Parts: sequence; C-alpha cells; structure tokens
Amino acid sequence: MEGLVTSSVLALTAVGLSLVFGVMRVVNVAHGEFFMLGAVSAWFVTQAIPGPPWVSFSVALAVCPLIVAGLAAAADRMILARLNYDPEATILATIGLLYVFQQAALSFFGPDARAVTAPFSLRLQFPWFGYSGYKLFVILAAVLILSAVWWLMQRTKAGLVMRATQMDRTTAQAFGINVNRVYSSVFALGAGLAAVAAVLIVPISQAYYLMGGEPLLLAFTVVIIGGLGSLRGTLLAALLIGLSDGIVSMFFSPTLAKIIATLLVAMVLVVRPQGLFGAKA
Amino acid sequence: MTKLLIDTKPSRRTVLRGLAGGATASVGAFAWPGFVQAQTSAPIKLGFQLHRTGIGASYGRWYERTAQAALKVVNDAGGINGRPVEIVFEDDATDPQRGSEVIEKLVNQQGVDAIFGPLFSHVVIGSAPRAAELKVPYLVCSEGFHVASGMLNRWTLQPGITDVRSQISAMAPWVAANLGKKITMIFPDFAFGHDHRDFFTAAIEAQGGEVLAQIAIPPTETTFTRYFPQIPAETEVLYHVMVGPAVLTFVKELGEFYGTGARPQIFGFIDSVEAVDVAGPGLEFLEGTHFWEAHNRFKQADASDHETFYRAAVGVDDNGASLQDAADVATYSHMFSCWETLFMIKAGMEASGYQTIADRQKFVEAVEAMTDLPAGMERPQGDKRFNGKTHQVFGHQNISKVEGGKLVRVHSTSLDDGAYADAVDYSAQSF
Amino acid sequence: MIGHDRKIWALHLGLVGVLLALHWVLPIYHHTNLARIMVLAVFAMGYNIAFGYTGLLSLGHALLFAAGMYGAGLSTHLFGWSALPALGAGLLVGVVMAAVVGALALRTKGVSFMIVTLMFAQAGYLCVLYFGSITGGDEGIVIAPASRILAGLDLSAETPRYLVAWALFGAGLLGNLALVRAPFGRVMIGMRENEDRSQLLGYDPYRTKLVVTLVSGLYAGVAGAAFALMFGYVGASFATIQYSILPMLWVLLGGAGVVLGPFIGALLMFYLIDISSSYTTANLATIGFALLAVVLFAPRGILGAVRERWLPWLP
Repeated sequence: MEGLVTSSVLALTAVGLSLVFGVMRVVNVAHGEFFMLGAVSAWFVTQAIPGPPWVSFSVALAVCPLIVAGLAAAADRMILARLNYDPEATILATIGLLYVFQQAALSFFGPDARAVTAPFSLRLQFPWFGYSGYKLFVILAAVLILSAVWWLMQRTKAGLVMRATQMDRTTAQAFGINVNRVYSSVFALGAGLAAVAAVLIVPISQAYYLMGGEPLLLAFTVVIIGGLGSLRGTLLAALLIGLSDGIVSMFFSPTLAKIIATLLVAMVLVVRPQGLFGAKA
Repeated sequence: MTKLLIDTKPSRRTVLRGLAGGATASVGAFAWPGFVQAQTSAPIKLGFQLHRTGIGASYGRWYERTAQAALKVVNDAGGINGRPVEIVFEDDATDPQRGSEVIEKLVNQQGVDAIFGPLFSHVVIGSAPRAAELKVPYLVCSEGFHVASGMLNRWTLQPGITDVRSQISAMAPWVAANLGKKITMIFPDFAFGHDHRDFFTAAIEAQGGEVLAQIAIPPTETTFTRYFPQIPAETEVLYHVMVGPAVLTFVKELGEFYGTGARPQIFGFIDSVEAVDVAGPGLEFLEGTHFWEAHNRFKQADASDHETFYRAAVGVDDNGASLQDAADVATYSHMFSCWETLFMIKAGMEASGYQTIADRQKFVEAVEAMTDLPAGMERPQGDKRFNGKTHQVFGHQNISKVEGGKLVRVHSTSLDDGAYADAVDYSAQSF
Repeated sequence: MIGHDRKIWALHLGLVGVLLALHWVLPIYHHTNLARIMVLAVFAMGYNIAFGYTGLLSLGHALLFAAGMYGAGLSTHLFGWSALPALGAGLLVGVVMAAVVGALALRTKGVSFMIVTLMFAQAGYLCVLYFGSITGGDEGIVIAPASRILAGLDLSAETPRYLVAWALFGAGLLGNLALVRAPFGRVMIGMRENEDRSQLLGYDPYRTKLVVTLVSGLYAGVAGAAFALMFGYVGASFATIQYSILPMLWVLLGGAGVVLGPFIGALLMFYLIDISSSYTTANLATIGFALLAVVLFAPRGILGAVRERWLPWLP
C-alpha cells in the first residue's frame, strides 16, 4: 500500500522525465526542481485561497502544474532551444536551472519544510493501525492522469506528432511538423507531470526547497530500467521500484536494504542495458 | 627539493627571500591581512560559520538572528574590553569542505579573532582540523559528542550547549521511572542517530529497563509508514528522534499510524519537531506525549526576567515563533547556544585581557579555566558547568509534555544527572 | 601538427611553472585555495579523461574520489599508517574500485552507463553510512596530525601542502597531456566520436574504455587520498552525488576534451562561489546564472570556445 503511493508519484514524475528524454533526448537534471516547484507553489496557492482545504487544494492541483509547465516552456524557449538541444550543453544548462530554482525557492519560500493540509482527512481505522484515505486518492488520481497521458500519446494527433518527432526529428520536420513547438510542449508537459506528482504528494510529505533530489534520482532509475521511450516500461518499473524497496526491507535492515536494492538496479542494467522492457537497441 | 627549508620550519617569507630574492617581498607582505587590525580601538571581529544554505538552513536562519541579537546586547553594553564587536557571517552550505574553506576565509581574508556558530556535526568535524592549523579559537554550537569524545583539538570548544551524550544520560532515568521500561527506539541511521542508540540503550539498561527494538531509518528516506509495523506490541515507550526536512512527515505518519487507537507512551527528542508547529495539522496525536527540550519553546509560567529579555531581544513570541510571523517557529532548543557562546567569548576575552590575535592562546586558556557559570542575561537557558578538560559545557535538560497544543515543562534535570567520566584532557595537549 | 609541439609544451609547462611561482607571490588565503583547487583539478582531469576524451559520461565519480579518500583515511585511522603508504593505499583503492565498477558498468552505454555509475556511487555512499562504526558515517573522521607527514613534509603546514598539491597537479597535467597525445589518446577520441569505426579498425572498445576507467580511477583516487591527507578530514559528504556532479561541471565549464579545461573550470567555479558569497546571500543563483551564461555563449566550455576560435591546436 505504502509502496503503491510511492509508485504512483514516481510513475508520474518518471513519465514526465521519460517523455522529455524520449522525444527531446534531453537529460533534464532540473526535473526534480520542477517537482519541488510544484510542491512549493501548491503551498502558496493553498495559503492564498480561503475556504475549506478541498477548495484550495483543488485549485492548487489545477493551477500549479500549469504554472510550472509555463515556466518550463519559457526555459525551453529561452535556453534549451538556443542550445539546439546539444546533449552536453543541456545537461549543464539544466544544472544551471536547478541552482536558480533552488535559490528562488530558498529566497521566496524559505528554508523550512512546510505542510499543506490534505483536502480531506478520511481515515480507515483498523484495530492495530490506521490508514489515510487521502493516500488512496493519490493512487486513484495518479492512475487517472497516467491514463490521460497514455490516451494523449496513443490516440490523439498531438501524441502522434510527438511520437513521430521522437522517432526521427529530421523526417518529422520534412513532413511539416514544427519541431520546436513540439519540443516546448513536451518539456512543459514533462515538467507539468512532475508538478502534478508533487502537488499530490505534498499533503503527505511537505514542501521543502531541497526536495527535488530524491525524485530526480528515482525517476532516472525508473526511466532507464523501464527502457527508454517505453511508457509501459516506465510504469512497470515505477511499480517494481516502489514496491521492491518495501519488500527488501522486510528481510534486511533498512539501510542495507537500500544498498542491496540500489545494486540490484545497477545489475539489472548491466545484464540488460536496454532496460527490462526496452527493445534491443 | 624544499625538504631542508621545511625541516627548519621557515615562514613563507623566509622561503621567499631564500629562493626568489627580495623582488617579490613586498607582495608577500600583505599576505596576512589579519595583522593589520592590531590597534586596540579597532573592533573585535568574530567569524560566524553559518548554515545559510543546504540542509541546515532552517537552523541557520535562527542562529543568525540569535547571534545578531546577542551582538546588539554586547555592543550596547560597551562591547568587549571596551572595543566594539562585529560578526562576519559566512555561508558554509552545511558542507564540511566548504566549512573548512570558510574557516580559511574568515581567518586569512577577514582576519577574525575567533570563530563560532556551526551546528551540524560533519561541518564541525570537517572544519576543526583547519581551525587548529590556523590556531584560531573555534567555538561550536553543535550539541554533538565530538568535542567531549576527544576526536577534535585544543582550539575547538563547546561552551554554549550540552552535548547529546549528557542530554540523553540525564533524561533516561526519568523516562524509565515515569513512562515505562520497555522501550522501542526510532532514529536516523547515521552518526547522530547512532549516538542516541548507543547512549540511550546503555542509560536505560542502567535503570533496569530494556530496549525492545531499534528501528534505524535510512538517511535518504522520505516516507516512514512502512517502518512503524516493526514496533513490538509490548512496547511501553516509543522513543523517537529525527532530524532534517522529513521530520514533519515522520511525525504526521506516526500520528496516522496510531490514529485514535491505543498507543504506547511517546517520548521524543525536540529535534523531531524543531522549527515545526506542534499544534499544526495532523499533529493532534502529539497531545499528551513528552519531549526533551534544552530550552522551553513555550514561555513557562515561572520564566525568569532573563528569559523574557532574551525572547524580546531575539524576536520570539511566547509560543516560540517569530514576532513577525507566527508560522515561523524557532529552533529554540539549539539557538540559545549562539547567544551564550557570544557571551562566553566576551567573558574569555575579558578574563584574558585579549588585545590582538596573538592573544588567541590566552583566550582559550581563560575559557578552559572557567567552571561554574551562573544563570543570567548571558545564559537565558540556565546555569551551567564548564569542563575545561573536555572543552564541553553541561546544563540542565527539560522534559515537557504537550498539553493543549503547548509544551509544558514537567521535569528539569540537575547538572549531576548529565555527568559522565571525562574521555579526554585537551588542556594537556599542545596548541 | 608537429609545428605546434613546442607551443603545446610551452603552454602546459608554462602553467605549471606559473603555479610554482605563485607559491611565493600569492596572499595566504589564495595560496591555500589554489592548493585545494589543484588537487580537485586532478580529480577533474580524471573525469575529463573518461568523459571529455572517451565520451564516458559517468555520474558516479564521487565513488572513486571517496574510495581514494577512505583508502588513505582509514589506513591512517585504523592501522596508523603514515601519509606515504596511505597515499599509495588511496591510489590503489581508487584503481581497484574503478576496475570493479568499470568491468560491470562498461557493459552499458550512454544513459544506462550514467545510471549504473550513479547507482554504484549511491550504494557506496550508503555503505559509508551503514558501516558508520568504521567510517565515522556522516560525521566522518579526523586524520591525526602525526599521520599527515608525507616523507618528512608536514601536510598540515602551508608550504609543503602547496608544493605537494603542485607536484601532484604538475604530474597529473603532464601525464594527461602525454596520454592524449599518444596513439592511445587518438584511440580514446575515436571511441568518443565513432565507436563502431574504431572497432572496425581493430580496437576493442571494452578494453580501451576499461583502461581509460582505470586511469580515471587513478586520478580520482590519488586526488581523494591527497585531499584527505592535506586537510585532515574524511567524511561521507565527499561520497554524495554532489561530488559526482562537480567534476562534470568543472570539466564542462572549462572545456571538455581540453587538457587545461578541468583546472580552468575548477578555478572559476571555486572563485565564483567564494566571491559571490561575499556580496550576496543568493549565491546559488549566481552559480546558476553563470552556468547558463557559459552554456549559452560558450557551449563547448571556455577553452572549447578558445580552441574553436583562436587556438585550434589546443590539445
């Protein structure tokens, strides 16, 4: 159960990263910071909007990903596009963005971790322990959003355009696709998904200016394990990693479990470099 | 090649004359900006190693405010040895390497007389060797056991806050006598948590108690619910200590886990909720639980005038939050150490007749000679005893209970409760 | 090409000479800073050999640096070794660690390689914490002053520390220059530019890259060991992802695939942080904007741009 919550949030974040990497071939080191900005802006929005928590939270869930996506689109236009998406230069640029976003959060939001109230506080109480109804909501919401993304990619023209660009940029261009616009949209969509994940998780965890590091690492792992550009693979890998952590920790001390899980991921890649579900390169 | 020169320990300038001739000597002469400010009317310059960014930032902000407040009080009362005092704050990013570079910068570029202020143990341990090499007094506000354990050096002192070993040994008897003897511990799986694990387990066994389970949380963990089922059902007391940004998640998830159902007694280190509002959403379950506090966050009914003065000077309201923003909760059980350390610097400099950086050694010796430190405006947290051999100060510890969303003190330990055998005699070491 | 030989050696030897001369000229503060930067630049050179020349984008070099650091630190701390054997131990541990990681990780390419190296480094970091009773965990350990004397040179004193850092840097830089100008250096670049063609020409990519990884581990290990002995502290923060990102940053900033790139990058980055922290509390933003500026206006790094425009012979 706990693992499912982790998996859901991870899946959202990783799908965003996977899209950006898959379509644009950009290693977005600032992806975790988009996640952080989603959480931090959710805090601002819920503070600013009066009324019951579910109202302000719904607004945050709708508005924050848009803000973050807008920011990402701007970053793409102003920086990444000018670099012509050169792999090395974009790594450096996204590290630069990472620092800028972190500083912005530190200056305007402060160094403290801040809580966002959950939209509702339904509890499922069992004799020995309780369970938060909100966590079920997170899982449900993640499944819905991921289905929407899948639908967008597989069933709409926009998705077709993105997939075409992913397969062959030059040919796509020849067929009259505005590659630059596709790239901006993909970058925005990827960041927006990270922000959605963050808004969903922030009532469970909290907003904090350095919170982007962990999701970035995990999302990278998930994307690679799942196989590049494979949406289904990314989802399965998110599930696998979210759950495996909890299972391994039943047998070993938690830190040792983390070490073993980490090495396992590495070894999976060594044996199957194309990822568990990726096509042979 | 330079072996001969080095064996005779030349200053850089003799090397300079010997190898490069006099041509560049004038350039080397302003290599030591610290020597410039030897005049007695010049301000005394103190360096502050500040966790402005990085994981220590929420502590750092309050450390800076407290130090600024204390500085104003010192200067309003005429400074140190009749000289005004100034503090140079330098960000160490809560990183040991940058910490050591900051020591360097403060000493060799700013020419400070002494340095104080770091909290995080790894910064202290990473910086202390450099402070000793530069022969600058380094007064840490860290509550780690690193100073008294003997791993550091003669230039490093902790005169403003009790170390974690003493805090734990002082509280364990009360926990065993009042809350229960069968204890489960939850702590972070790194050095700070290991100190708790080792010292508390030993202390509770000395009281005839027993630690049933030790649940170590990996340092990179951001969610905790999966660890709580490991708490044995026969646990009488749950002892928790967490640090870092995930503390709020930790206490909230603990609350979710127990809900309104039956639960053991809960005893926490205030670090688990430092800078966090104990009456915040999701923390209702904390009602009736106990916390260790070094310094009571909520103003107690019997608060002294010094306590009132300190709160006003730093800008903290009666609930331990900023006067400007009630949601901005102070790191109240740690930050008093900056205030008290500045007054220790003042006392040490005045006792040693400190004039220039040539008197740094005399200053350390003067602090080492101190023993009983009465409560007062200099020490709002209460009276203390300084051990010149271990360079560590010992104060009273408080145990508070959450009642009506406020922390109310129910017990205060004596100085002897926190005593343990000396592990080192720094005063016998060379400078 | 031959005609540039003299210029190339003059430039690099000149830099080494200037750095030696600076020992007598620099104010004390910058003197120690430069000692730090030179050792960190050795680490970055190791990274440049792998990434800049051979195209191995590793995100796990902190592991190799930390291996050298703990190899040296623990052998003094646990066994009371003196600095010289400790330095050797650090170097060896760095190389062995590179061999283990390289042997496994080099079966992958591109992003998978990034992630595998990242994972190994993360596991290494967690091991440092898990075995805290030996390693000192996150708090780290202080190296006793007595163990910091390297063949009679007290590394806690300014002069010998600088000179040891300088000697290490000089050896590293000239070794790096010789390596990339040797036939093997061209094989390395061939791997970066077109692995398949190099393979057709009879070069085994796996073996070439493994050798490169070992050399890289040697640089990182010796830099880690020297850093520990020079500044007397070993801690888990040096095993974090930050120390995998930093050498990459220095290399990209200074110019990947340029021998002098790592030094220039490390130097600029150090002073950028140092100076900006005196003027603004928002020093993270300063670093961020500086990076963006470099990447927009000199995407091949500073020396990369210099090479493109003015000095095409820069190795």
